Amino acid sequence: MLSPADIETLLLTFKVASIATALMLLIGTPLAWWLARTRSAWKGIINAVVALPLVLPPTVLGFYLLVLMGPAGAVGKFTSWLGLGTLPFTFTGLVIASVLYSMPFVVQPLQASFASIGEQPLEAAATLRASPLDTFFSVIIPLAKPGFLTASILGFAHTVGEFGVVLMVGGNIPGKTRVVSVQIYNHVEALEYSEAHWLAGCLLLFSFTVLIILYTVLKTHPVAHQLK
Amino acid sequence: MFINNFTRSLLALSLLTITSLVYADTTLVAVASDFTKPMTEIASAFEKATGHSAKLSFGSSGKAFAQIQSDAPFEVYLSASEKYPLELEKSGHAVPNSHFVYAIGKLVLWSATPGYVDNQGEILQTGNFKHIALADPAHAPYGVVAEDVMKSLGVLDKLRPLFVMGENISQTFQFVSTGNAELGFVAFAQVIDINTGKIGSGSGWIIPDNLHGPFNQTAVLLKKGAENPAALALVDFLKSPTALAIIEKYGFGLTK
Repeated sequence: MLSPADIETLLLTFKVASIATALMLLIGTPLAWWLARTRSAWKGIINAVVALPLVLPPTVLGFYLLVLMGPAGAVGKFTSWLGLGTLPFTFTGLVIASVLYSMPFVVQPLQASFASIGEQPLEAAATLRASPLDTFFSVIIPLAKPGFLTASILGFAHTVGEFGVVLMVGGNIPGKTRVVSVQIYNHVEALEYSEAHWLAGCLLLFSFTVLIILYTVLKTHPVAHQLK
Repeated sequence: MFINNFTRSLLALSLLTITSLVYADTTLVAVASDFTKPMTEIASAFEKATGHSAKLSFGSSGKAFAQIQSDAPFEVYLSASEKYPLELEKSGHAVPNSHFVYAIGKLVLWSATPGYVDNQGEILQTGNFKHIALADPAHAPYGVVAEDVMKSLGVLDKLRPLFVMGENISQTFQFVSTGNAELGFVAFAQVIDINTGKIGSGSGWIIPDNLHGPFNQTAVLLKKGAENPAALALVDFLKSPTALAIIEKYGFGLTK
């Protein structure tokens, strides 16, 4: 059965994933919009930067973050100067790492759905004298709704499943940075296989449900989105 | 494309010869990550001395243990603790009574900052630090003895909220060496300067053995290696003066 410590890791994981998903939508929406519409020479480079976590081993990302956010790193010096201390081993650090790690799963579906809207609805909105902000909220968001749903679900699910980055920057602190994937790993290492099975089963069920929703209810194809 | 029968059988024959040669002379060894440096040097000395070769796979002792139980192809297992080899002998994955202590682990309280850790460990009582790193005591041998030390000094409950835990001793070292944790319990082998036999950088306290339980790093011959001359030779070689000298050089103790 799940112990109170296991349940704590599940709750913490969902908390990290929810906050990270909200932040990714906030940052990812304008970024995806820009990427979908721009003809700038920077487009290719920015696209590559966003997609980097897809191909980079999580341990590489985790190691760089540990060094950068540490007291000798540029980010660490900046956060210390702000009086925030350093970010590794903190909940905030974990959220920031998750945002970087899962960003492509939010930006790419959004970018694809923004691109598929095309010029016409925007021109129509312009002729009706809608302000850009009004156009965004009453035209673009409704049209890109499937993209937003896919982005949220994938971003959330991918954050729930992250392991390598958390292991590198988290420090395995109960209630603060010990997420469910780390807890499963701990159980396996400590030879507590039945506890590991329970938690692993929960994650399997969760991931499978998420994909079922994506493929049947939303009828989207996450991989196809990414390849566009 | 046409390949005539002669070429084909020649190819098959040569492949067979190569593989049988490799199998006769090579042994696959699972090694606890704290023993990475000495074992690398021991393996090359072993190759020079015997002509056999040892392929090394480094990782946490617990992970290797789980893999061996799932029939991983390892032939010799150098664990950082006594528990796992004994367990494997019981479960029939290791040759009965083949375990032996190859080294005594030495623990160091270390900081990357020079002058930070005093040579008596007073800082544990008085220090004003935010994080102290150790390997996870739930499964890592270095974590278990680190907890013992804090218990002996009566600071365990006070320090527990400051714990950051590495999944193995290499990761724990990383936390401290990058400065993210001000100090931490690491392996002497990780910080020793092998030319002087002292701590090479930063500052540290080599913790006396009497502050923690026994730290017998134990090896065992696995069933898969029972018939392999290279595996048997490696087990012998680990007890040779050459190997013992290397083990001591890297900051491990020897059994008396």
